[in-house]
Amino acid sequence: MHELPVTENILKIVQKHAEKNTVRRVVSITLDVGAMSDLEDEWMQHYFDYLSRNTVAEGARLIIHRVPIVLRCNNCEKAFEIEKDEIGRSRCPDCGAEGNFSLESGRQYYIREMQAE
Amino acid sequence: MSDIKLIEVKEEILSDNDAAARELRETLGKEKTFVVNLMSSPGAGKTTLLLQTIAALKDRFRIGVIEADIDSMVDAEKIRNAGVACVQLKTGGFCHLDSRMVKQGLAALDSPAFDIVFIENIGNLVCPAEFDTGAIKNAMILSVPEGDDKPLKYPLMFSTSDALVINKTDMLSLSDFDIDILRGHIGRLNPGMQLFEVSAKTGEGMEGWTQWIGEQASVFIGHNLL
Ligand SMILES: Nc1nc2c(ncn2[C@@H]2O[C@H](COP(=O)(O)OP(=O)(O)O)[C@@H](O)[C@H]2O)c(=O)[nH]1
Ligand SMILES: [Mg+2]
Ligand SMILES: [Zn+2]
Repeated sequence: MHELPVTENILKIVQKHAEKNTVRRVVSITLDVGAMSDLEDEWMQHYFDYLSRNTVAEGARLIIHRVPIVLRCNNCEKAFEIEKDEIGRSRCPDCGAEGNFSLESGRQYYIREMQAE
Repeated sequence: MSDIKLIEVKEEILSDNDAAARELRETLGKEKTFVVNLMSSPGAGKTTLLLQTIAALKDRFRIGVIEADIDSMVDAEKIRNAGVACVQLKTGGFCHLDSRMVKQGLAALDSPAFDIVFIENIGNLVCPAEFDTGAIKNAMILSVPEGDDKPLKYPLMFSTSDALVINKTDMLSLSDFDIDILRGHIGRLNPGMQLFEVSAKTGEGMEGWTQWIGEQASVFIGHNLL
């Protein structure tokens, strides 16, 4: 799947910040990944280990926070959390609407911070 | 003792592609080239639908195609035989197209010379949903044998596409596929989605889809060619 291009971008961004801050070694990278994503934590780490060899980020650990999916009902404004495979049969917990929701959260691919020495 | 320091990064991981896609859409607006990204599982009928769509519209629109699906050496050949220009992208082991690859494809095709360019994306319902190609409209094809529960498994694909073509309706009587159940899922995921029920094999229901493409393209390029 698309772990590879996503991981490539993570490394590119991390290298840029490592250079700007003149660090010797990146220890960990903290990410927000929305629950809509099909990326697997384990595979992201594998690809990252592979791509980061002989770079400042070699051996860095990815700390991945899964951000829950939140829908907002366009009928009554209620926001509610939901599992990915339940969206297609969701129902607003407040007004009972069976559709017309906006996706408020769940598509994140974001780097929060990194630890380095 | 080593000094560990915390560095705030605060960056979107896919912002490069998103920015390139937005830029590409701006360029297409100036060129007046309407680009449609076609996505589906392998075998759902992208190439068959494309050939029928070309046959219906090629007398009124200048049509080009970017082929990216795996078996597409054959597909590209079929499309050229249908009488339109087709560029074959070498996608290697990629699972999706991004806007940089589409931009290269459009350049190779000489896109300003066309009113409509179709992209046959790589057959996959996961990855293409995450990567904005820069297309003006996204359409996905779901074929009857795949089942009416696919929106539950691939919600992102169904929520990011503008149109859904339900293909192989000639097989409905042989399966327990329930179009009303599918409509229920779509109503929740993407109420604005355009739905078309077609058989690309028999041609049944094709006018609704080709009419929609023709109208959307006419609006985008600013004069009615239908
Ligand atoms: N029964 C039936 N078969 C179809 C239909 N559309 C496509 N097919 C068949 O499905 C197979 C895959 O179609 P193709 O267009 O190559 O799918 P692609 O991989 O998405 O490009 C081919 O054998 C087609 O003949 C249809 O409407 N009904
Ligand atoms: Mg094909
Ligand atoms: Zn509600």
